[in-house]
Amino acid sequence: MTRTALSGWGRTSTSYADVLSPNNESEIALTFATSRDVIARGLGRSYGDAALSSGGVVLSNRELSGIGPIGADGVVTVGAGVSLDELLAQSIPRGWFVPVTTGTRQVTMGGAVAADVHGKNHHVDGSIARHVLSLRLVTPSGPVTVSPEIDAELFWATFGAMGLTGVLTSVTLRLTAIETNQVLVDTDRLANLDAVMSAMALGDRDYRYSVAWVDCMSRGKHMGRAILTRGAHATKDDLDASSLSSPKDAKLFVPFDAPSGLLNPLTVRAFNELWFRSAPRHEEREPQSLSTFFHPLDGVRDWNRLYGRRGFLQYQFCVPDRSSETVVAAVDLLSSSKVASFLAVLKRFGPANEGPLSFPLEGWTLALDIPVGPSKLPDILDRLDELVIEAGGRVYLAKDSRLSPEKFAAMYPRRSEFLAVKERIDPEHQMSSDLARRLDLVGK
Amino acid sequence: MENAFGQPQTLIVLGGTSDIARGLTKKLAAARTHTVVLAGRSQSLLDEASQEATTYGAATVDTVVFDANDVTDAGRVVSECFDKVDDTVDLVVVAIGLMGDQFEKEDDATLAGEVATVNFSWPVAALAETRRRLVAQGSGRILVISSVAAVRVRRSLYLYGGAKAGLDRLCQGMADSLEGTGVRLQLVRPGVVRTRMAEGLPKVPFTTDVDEAVENILKGLANGDPVIWSPPILRYVFMILRHVPRSLWRKVMDR
Repeated sequence: MTRTALSGWGRTSTSYADVLSPNNESEIALTFATSRDVIARGLGRSYGDAALSSGGVVLSNRELSGIGPIGADGVVTVGAGVSLDELLAQSIPRGWFVPVTTGTRQVTMGGAVAADVHGKNHHVDGSIARHVLSLRLVTPSGPVTVSPEIDAELFWATFGAMGLTGVLTSVTLRLTAIETNQVLVDTDRLANLDAVMSAMALGDRDYRYSVAWVDCMSRGKHMGRAILTRGAHATKDDLDASSLSSPKDAKLFVPFDAPSGLLNPLTVRAFNELWFRSAPRHEEREPQSLSTFFHPLDGVRDWNRLYGRRGFLQYQFCVPDRSSETVVAAVDLLSSSKVASFLAVLKRFGPANEGPLSFPLEGWTLALDIPVGPSKLPDILDRLDELVIEAGGRVYLAKDSRLSPEKFAAMYPRRSEFLAVKERIDPEHQMSSDLARRLDLVGK
Repeated sequence: MENAFGQPQTLIVLGGTSDIARGLTKKLAAARTHTVVLAGRSQSLLDEASQEATTYGAATVDTVVFDANDVTDAGRVVSECFDKVDDTVDLVVVAIGLMGDQFEKEDDATLAGEVATVNFSWPVAALAETRRRLVAQGSGRILVISSVAAVRVRRSLYLYGGAKAGLDRLCQGMADSLEGTGVRLQLVRPGVVRTRMAEGLPKVPFTTDVDEAVENILKGLANGDPVIWSPPILRYVFMILRHVPRSLWRKVMDR
């Protein structure tokens, strides 16, 4: 069998595996009967090596499709391979939105659960786990349905485990009711990081959705200048004319790999400047479409190619509230080392959930895209890891491609609890991925 | 598993006591490499090198002794190294070399044959077994230390240069054979490096010390260059030197 070349969204490395697309549970069970190093993969939006298994078997979940009827209470069962885009196309016209959404609609429900994704509303609504009623997954020991009532241990271990507890086949979740396809957005331009952090700490509780885009390349008194956008779903009364049409596909795309040096400190700085100046100083209740507000990344298809052949990585960490100065230290470290970084995303997190490998914890999260290239970058990120560990924080596995196993263990102190669950459902250690091997999460 | 920066977690070095190999092992251990297996000729030198790897952060270091004159033993050596790693092998470095005094060896059948065996035949046999194991694994990298002496062979170093040339060309073909397997082979062509092996060589331009050569190799590992030159400018220098007429080549290189 010829192996298929795969990579993560950051395209930093190519991995070869046998790729199968099972369309039912018995086909997945059959794979476990004959194969090792098995991992599920959705639309490949995790940035690093979470959905890669070199020399192993990668199970595409895209044939596990199907969207059930949406109940009057918003409860729906969808196949793990259904993308948010596909689900929203069905649900928005009926007045339902996903309870949590990533910055792109191009993720599958299975992937969303595996990463325990969060959105701009984490400080109010938590991560996707809070809205999931039950999961169906095929483990190496067989298919199971899990929920907070049935095998709660496995249910919670699955959120944030990046697919290592089995192959998800369907997800039952509760959607959020909406009256229109618009969001009313307040925008503020803030001169530096202190200003934006205090605005968020004081005001975020009044908004369901909140996010700030931070410029990590400006220095001095403008270090960490930011644009803060916050909003809530518009009701019918808020708008003169309302509609519930679903989002459109991207019209723009990147047809080929850009040269690797295209995104360098100079061009990124220019972009950040332009972008910062084009935002209004202060604006209230501006109606924006759901896709403009929630899915800015979907405007340009294959945008990851802008980073060229070498690829890029995303560094996303969270720290508890008591360590908010770590956010400042991180932005300072990045801006002083002149690593080219596009606008970073700053958000507040609400309380953590019960998942031993779930990423969010109450406090702050910062995410930045960085092109791979500068030889000092690995050391800079290793230093960031240390800052994050000292602060009692962690990095997000859905974005990670370079963490060491020791630092992972320091960031996720409940690692052994997770491994105990994995040992129970996967005694032969058949579930694995390049990320699992890198972070020592396969089991021994 | 290696990470996005091409930093390996597990490492096998064939010829692990050479100066370049030791410099590289130290740097890799300081970054991400936790498991190292060093293979070499002398147990005492291996012990020294493994002590060094541990100091720089490797958690597990093991050694294998071999004689690079015995081609029939190469498969066993590589197998033993893989078994000792007992995990995904991320990087195999082939850093075996024998130079010595050309003029003492060129008219001696035994000594001349030995240069060819150590620099060519043994590495080829070891690469065959390495290739088989890594392809089965579906990932990993092979880094072969060649030499600029292989690019154009010169009179005063034709035994070493010729054997390295054979290895260098063979590896280019092997690298192509690995397309689509998940395994990569990268060649390193250093100029003169101030090492024990190079003692007594005439002073030439673009000579580097070990640390500089190691830095260039690390950069090559990170960006995946199929051929890593050290210093990088030699890539362009040899574009010209490759085509210099022989009479001039003899005069310039073998003064």
